Amino acid sequence: MKITKEQVVQVAHLARLEVDEADMERIAEQIDKILEYIDTLAKADTEGVEPSFQGIDHDTAFREDVPVGHVGQENATANAPSSEDGYFIVPKVIG
Amino acid sequence: MKLHELKIHEAHELLKKKEISSSELTQSVLGRIREIEEKVGAYITVDEDFSMAQAIAADKVISEGNIKTLTGIPLGIKDLICTKGMKTTCGSKFLDDFVPPYDATVMAKLYSDGAVVSGKLNMDEFAMGSSTENSAMKLTRNPWDLSRIPGGSSGGSAAAVAADMCLGSLGSDTGGSIRQPASHCGVVGIKPTYGSVSRYGLVAYASSLDQIGPITKDVRDSAILMNAICGFDGKDSTSARREFPDFVSAINNAGDNLKGIRIGLPEEYNNAEGLDPDVAESVKKSMKIMESLGAEFVPVSLPNTKYAVAVYYVIAPCEASSNLARYDGVRYGRRAEDTEGGIIGMYKATRLKGLGEEVKRRIIIGTYALSEGYYDAYYGKAAQVRTLIKQDFNKAFEKCDMILSPVAPTPAFKIGEKTGDPLTMYLSDIFTLSTNLAGIPGISVPCGYSKEGLPIGLQLQAGYFCEEKLLKAAYVFEKAAALEKRKPAIK
Repeated sequence: MKITKEQVVQVAHLARLEVDEADMERIAEQIDKILEYIDTLAKADTEGVEPSFQGIDHDTAFREDVPVGHVGQENATANAPSSEDGYFIVPKVIG
Repeated sequence: MKLHELKIHEAHELLKKKEISSSELTQSVLGRIREIEEKVGAYITVDEDFSMAQAIAADKVISEGNIKTLTGIPLGIKDLICTKGMKTTCGSKFLDDFVPPYDATVMAKLYSDGAVVSGKLNMDEFAMGSSTENSAMKLTRNPWDLSRIPGGSSGGSAAAVAADMCLGSLGSDTGGSIRQPASHCGVVGIKPTYGSVSRYGLVAYASSLDQIGPITKDVRDSAILMNAICGFDGKDSTSARREFPDFVSAINNAGDNLKGIRIGLPEEYNNAEGLDPDVAESVKKSMKIMESLGAEFVPVSLPNTKYAVAVYYVIAPCEASSNLARYDGVRYGRRAEDTEGGIIGMYKATRLKGLGEEVKRRIIIGTYALSEGYYDAYYGKAAQVRTLIKQDFNKAFEKCDMILSPVAPTPAFKIGEKTGDPLTMYLSDIFTLSTNLAGIPGISVPCGYSKEGLPIGLQLQAGYFCEEKLLKAAYVFEKAAALEKRKPAIK
């Protein structure tokens, strides 16, 4: 077992996810199987190989520093589950 | 022939000659959707008023003599592409009421060419899947056999084209999600070179792999849609700053042979496990056709192919774990009500309810692979092997113009057959994943039928920005192969 049920719970917490207790065993097993498969990568000889973070290399994209149109406060909050006067409302963050 | 059965180029000719109107054509497509949607399940959103208003506007443009190739043509759009004023759900319960305040760049381009949107097409939730069974919205069935999957994640996009529920569609391809469903549904699908098509307004899954592309009834229609959607976009920092050729002219000048074309056959694909005999047979027959057209086959080697699935299932979940952090119930989408535990409790309860199992599984794998102590062994290693995979292709393309392979190891499988075992499902993407890891283009073109009458696709891959070569070769092959003109009988 590479990954335990407890580790899955911990990682899920870091990702702000919850997994139903009923599904936990099965999901942990599936993830374990996938990680075991991924471990075949250890066999690849990558001594001195530079990593690639994308398929095709791009130069850094620059543009002139000029203001361009934006979506607007009203549009930006239009899909929010809870908003008021152009602000997003969330549960209390500071105690 | 019914109007919805037309190809894009056929409909364009009739519109140009004013033998039909876009309103008639769009009505026919909407009627077809009404007729068979319950059986096929390709669409998430259809808004007839929205479509008809666009068709009427297109008719006005045509009457003024300003017709472009896509003016008045009804196209379906994968529900991962933002459409202003029309719901964009990404196949997720989380976004089931999300209406984007802006259009994706591809939409702006299609609209400026006068296209009509017939609706938004079903998909695996956030494009994670190979069968469209991970959609939280509905099940899409393969029009050729309703007990089978249409492929995924652009399953709705391929099924709708195959079943004449639109004239063409857009999908997105992160690890094969255009090519594999196109193969399973007997239509043409292209994954363009990374950077050819703007990703602005494409909801991100794995940003370094995602690419929008067309799914169509034939190769010519794909060239038409490629002309419409390729091009530099300042809103996407990974967009390629280059001129794109006229793909339609390219196929017009393609001729009728493949003389001088060297086609690479990767030795690693010869012994691919689980290759269905009907698929192997169809690919072999296609090779004979290509040979008779003058193509030369050369052996090539892609030795790191054996790692492609593992690399993909590290890199894609890592990028997904970051991209999907935005679904927290604050700015858009559903929020769980009456939650406990402050804002973290709200995030967790919201994501528990809003996200499906495959999405959670990939976020957990990605978060794990990126966590301290594991990063080097997983993400770092995968990124290095990705370099090896790119180098394999670069070396191969020194010896050949394009690489031939099956698209998928088997024809479309039965609904439910692989859902319990995600790893087996992942392994079915073996022929398509490396294309995205390398960033090169790939096309899926129909090449035969299985004994059960299911469509089989052939894949051609080429070097960076060689879509023109792919389209030409696919066009010549399509003409010469002259596959028996079958239509799915939707029962």
